[in-house]
Amino acid sequence: MNEFRMLSTSGILGYGFAEESLKIGMTWEPHVIGCDGGSTDPGPYYLGAGKSFTSRLSVKRDLRLMLLAAVAARIPCIIGTSGGAGGEPHLQDTAALVREIAREEGLSFKMALIHSEQPKDWLLDRIAEERVRPLGKMPPLDPATVARAERIVGMMGPEPFARALDEGAQVILAGRSSDPAQWAAPAMRAGIPPAPAWYAGKMLECGAEPTVPKEPDNIFLRVRDDHIVCEPPNPIRRSTPLAVANFALHENASPIHHTEPGGLLDTSACTFEAVSDRAVRVGGMTWTPASTYTVKLEGVERVGYRAITICGTRDPVLIGQIEGYLATHRDKVAAKAASFGVPPSDYTMVVRTYGKDGVMAAWEPQTAITSHELGFVIEIVGKTQDIANAVVAMARTSMLHADFPGRLCKEGNMAFPFSPSDIELGPMYRFSIFHVVAPNDPYEMFPIEYETVRG
Amino acid sequence: MPRIRDIAQICKSKNAGPFLVTIDVLFEDHAVYREVKATGVLNAALFARLYGVPEEDVLFTPYDAAAAFKATLPRLVPAGDIGDTDVYGAQQHAPLLDVEIPIDRPAP
Repeated sequence: MNEFRMLSTSGILGYGFAEESLKIGMTWEPHVIGCDGGSTDPGPYYLGAGKSFTSRLSVKRDLRLMLLAAVAARIPCIIGTSGGAGGEPHLQDTAALVREIAREEGLSFKMALIHSEQPKDWLLDRIAEERVRPLGKMPPLDPATVARAERIVGMMGPEPFARALDEGAQVILAGRSSDPAQWAAPAMRAGIPPAPAWYAGKMLECGAEPTVPKEPDNIFLRVRDDHIVCEPPNPIRRSTPLAVANFALHENASPIHHTEPGGLLDTSACTFEAVSDRAVRVGGMTWTPASTYTVKLEGVERVGYRAITICGTRDPVLIGQIEGYLATHRDKVAAKAASFGVPPSDYTMVVRTYGKDGVMAAWEPQTAITSHELGFVIEIVGKTQDIANAVVAMARTSMLHADFPGRLCKEGNMAFPFSPSDIELGPMYRFSIFHVVAPNDPYEMFPIEYETVRG
Repeated sequence: MPRIRDIAQICKSKNAGPFLVTIDVLFEDHAVYREVKATGVLNAALFARLYGVPEEDVLFTPYDAAAAFKATLPRLVPAGDIGDTDVYGAQQHAPLLDVEIPIDRPAP
């Protein structure tokens, strides 16, 4: 029976894994190793700012171990959604790290960079051709939204990865990619049918998530014609039917229908079966090709600039009337900001109250405050950083010193844990584009660049 | 009457993209799952009520193969937008923990 073996080092490049896991996993003779580098989960900031939510030091550590293992075994090493968000700065930063490691370790290989950032002109043309449609409750994409976007990426399918492998790339760094695509590509290229290839990709994209104890670490997949077998290399972990089933629900709107570029993975008839006390076999998945090949677009726009301050109260008199106090505080901040020339239209203030509804906001079903202390995060998003800084400073002072009925704590209402108390968070972004586009083919949005890295 | 927290092995929430949050309840024992499913307590209307969203916005799917229920609903605020309290959507499951399921179980 045809068997293709793949090892994923962790859920996100830079989250770390046990070095011993990779050593054991490599003895199981994978045909490819890799790691997903990103996600939209940490929010819109990283795509907008061109920065990663992982640190350079931790990513370099993971990458070094992976490159050494892959080059020694002469197998490809593939990184999806490089640098956290897959934009051009994210891809270039990851490529620079790879070159640096190659120099330090004396490694030489052919590297492919697959770009995924989308030129605005190209997208405007697709809008004009009515080849763009919204996802979920997004409005249709209009040219003004495209013009405002800070950065737009397309989410590539498996085809560009397969092409880079055809061209002999040993290290592939991709921009934004559908999480399973980097795994589905080599598996399908080896003759595995799409259903188990995509399912394997879904299992590999988060590393050792389908194991207990669940921590960032390696996962190993044996992919065959009609099923996959999932097993963690690290002897302290086990894949169990519950852990694998739990993972099948991960980060998807539906547990049974998974839309991917080029088709739909249906897992409604899947079976989860323990083949040992630490390996699980999953079969019964199906794949239906889509009539039109579509690529998801992700884009963010800048909303403003943010500054926050953090404080807490232990005063029962204040806690007993906190809602009224915060309403008064809001009015005072507005009046004082207006007095130094900042109208309410130039900023938004949000006060999160921990101990009341700081976690669930309007979804919080519990109305009574039962805690003896409350924590606050005061957030200002202003038109400029100066405005955000000025208003948050005023909000901090007002929060500390405003009077309230029955006040005994005349020197101050809040405990501020830090000096400086105000934290400048820089530009703030929001997801503004979440649409799909029908390109001419799966490759046109994702140019591939090859280079020979010599250590 | 047992609550979800007494009989389920996993109850969790997470983003399903920046605009949706998805809430899962899993049972290790498929027999318990089938009993819970038969009560009909877990459905789209329950999630609509717990989270104050229109029922037609709730995608509710029992997943027999995994002995799991999944409900996906629009986030209160898109992930990371102004006013969001939970960028990863990882702490929105609590209201479900106390939902009572009318099946016969020894008191916890």
